[in-house]
Amino acid sequence: MPLLKNDAFVNDAWVSLADDAEVPENGSIIVSLARLERDWDQLVSFTGLLGVRLTNTDKVEALESYISQITLVVLPFPAFADGRSYSIARGLRLDGYRGELRAEGNVLPDQLQYMRQVGFDSFAVSDRFPLQVWQSAGKQMSLAYQRGLFRAANEAEVWSARHRGFEPWEEQPHAG
Amino acid sequence: MYRYDEFDAKFVNERTAQFRDQANRRLKGELTEDEFRPLRLMNGLYLQLHAYMLRVAIPYGTLSGAQMRQLAYIAEKWDKGYGHFTTRQNIQYNWIKLEDAADILQALADVEMHAIQTSGNCIRNVTTDHWAGAAVDELADPRPVGELIRQWSSLHPEFSYLPRKFKFAITGAPHDRAAVKVHDIGLRLHKNAAGDLGWEVLVGGGQGRTPLVAVTVREFLPQNELVAYLEAIMRVYNLYGRRDNKYKARIKILVHELGAEKFRAEVEAEYAKHPAQQTQVEEAELARIAKYFALPSFEKLSRFAPHFEDAKLSTPEFARWARNNLAAHQVDGYTIVNISLKPEGGIPGDASAEQMRVMARLAERYSHNELRVSHAQNIVLPHVRLEDAFEVWKALKEADLATANYGLAGDIIACPGLDYCSLATARSIPVAQAISRKFADLDKQQDYGPLKINISGCINACGHHHVGHIGILGLDKKGEEYYQITLGGSSSEHASIGTILGPGFAADEVPDAIETILNTYVKLRHSGEDFLSAYRRVGPKPFKEALYAAA
Repeated sequence: MPLLKNDAFVNDAWVSLADDAEVPENGSIIVSLARLERDWDQLVSFTGLLGVRLTNTDKVEALESYISQITLVVLPFPAFADGRSYSIARGLRLDGYRGELRAEGNVLPDQLQYMRQVGFDSFAVSDRFPLQVWQSAGKQMSLAYQRGLFRAANEAEVWSARHRGFEPWEEQPHAG
Repeated sequence: MYRYDEFDAKFVNERTAQFRDQANRRLKGELTEDEFRPLRLMNGLYLQLHAYMLRVAIPYGTLSGAQMRQLAYIAEKWDKGYGHFTTRQNIQYNWIKLEDAADILQALADVEMHAIQTSGNCIRNVTTDHWAGAAVDELADPRPVGELIRQWSSLHPEFSYLPRKFKFAITGAPHDRAAVKVHDIGLRLHKNAAGDLGWEVLVGGGQGRTPLVAVTVREFLPQNELVAYLEAIMRVYNLYGRRDNKYKARIKILVHELGAEKFRAEVEAEYAKHPAQQTQVEEAELARIAKYFALPSFEKLSRFAPHFEDAKLSTPEFARWARNNLAAHQVDGYTIVNISLKPEGGIPGDASAEQMRVMARLAERYSHNELRVSHAQNIVLPHVRLEDAFEVWKALKEADLATANYGLAGDIIACPGLDYCSLATARSIPVAQAISRKFADLDKQQDYGPLKINISGCINACGHHHVGHIGILGLDKKGEEYYQITLGGSSSEHASIGTILGPGFAADEVPDAIETILNTYVKLRHSGEDFLSAYRRVGPKPFKEALYAAA
């Protein structure tokens, strides 16, 4: 499954660790929330990069005490029409999480722009579509009425643009 | 009226281009129907029994003459020469080809309209009081907030894949003509002791299989906090609304299952995490929008309109229409004209292209270029000089648009039913037609007084039967259509869900049953007591007895 990041397919350095698998010496590992909670005493001193895979019924608050150590959060789209992960992602970003936020599951070109706008910045995508489909899919709308979204270079926030003198409202700058 | 600026125009044009690309990919087979469905739905395109149906958004029910003309043009060019105005203040075209859809969306964009989010599990077209900006009891015109919500909810990235569809209704008047208590979110304007305006936020009302009246989540929300507060409600719903069963996926079920207190606590907790901040832009935007809704430049007129009074004396038919279909206006010498789209034996809410053009012309000439669509499927000319009412009536009469039954027994709300809809279990239109023929006598209708008869062709309740004073629900029993009757529903500020009277009736028995109910009412009413008040006083018993005595 290709990994899409910054409009390019990239190698995925992250390894998903089963709940009963041994924690390696180093590297970039993704664990479940259950494992994170269970083995936190051990994981807190892990010297590599630590990521967590949530389900879309996990609460953002559950990550609160771990988030400063986390550099990747993976959120699922079990079906593209199941939109819970949009709100989890947005909640994480509003809470100030600045690490990588990855969408996986039924991730399709026609939802890519929305995903990026709520704060996703990497996408485990279906290999049905060539890269240029992904590149153009995320850019079809150059305007958004909502404030505080993650905007690509070609996107403008309508209300802020109308009322010059007010800066676009963003929780934090982000390359997307 | 609101006008698009460069941003709004670019937005709908880009959206149209995006849809054209999606439709082409579907036609070429690059998108599966499963993948295409939510995309087309969020652009208003349904697949119905016989063809595609396109539902066009008429935000808060407001239209200009030019926009109404374009709707007529679309009806002629791409449909069968008519359109159907709906209970969501929208218009539907029932005979659309997928290949034409993008061209139609472009024709809409050309007159500052769209079909965005008229379907799909997202925030739908915002509805409001069809007399907004003209009603005498109004605290403020709710449409600027309607437009603010239209923009905020358009292609909202976080809330486009909700558990289920989501409907807003807003009223700026104490008398609720927008049915806000039976919407997912209803907003009611109040003035506090200090004279400030704020919104009562009601959540979890709805009809369908599980009719519920909304609960108040906030009594008085300052206007500048509205967008942030709505985001908190939507986030709670998006995260916790049920997705395992589409019949339990509306926010009303979440509110009901959690209980009002727990739901309110969840929303307030979410809101407390990210309360309204830097609301200057929202405030500036609302102020910008509000300028478009400034009252038109009304003339200073006398309350007494001699030409109007003379016409009533000389033309009794006009006098009857004037008594029924005109409503008091905020400004002396003006009136609100309610055009009934419910002619005897007609299809409720249907208008031909020619009728649309007549109404467009009348709006341009007599109503400051404004029309409204009401959720009862009628059209309103909101700002007509009393002295022009006779001219307006003559033109309407010529176009078969002057039926004097506004708000009476013949003014029936009906969904498209089994004649068009793939969800329906029974026909609605023929039943509405039969009832309107049964009560064709306007004297009789007037004697029955204010009455809402609402008909749905299935449990999804698009015809609002739960909140009809008399509700009719079409069901299917072993291949036979039959109709359940409910009494005592209301969508007003005193909203209530109707009570089922007893066993259902065959289609051809329904008009007689309604007559029995109304004759029972006439016998027991107190002087001046309307149907709903009488029902609320006596309950269902006398009606049950009259209906089922023979059986």
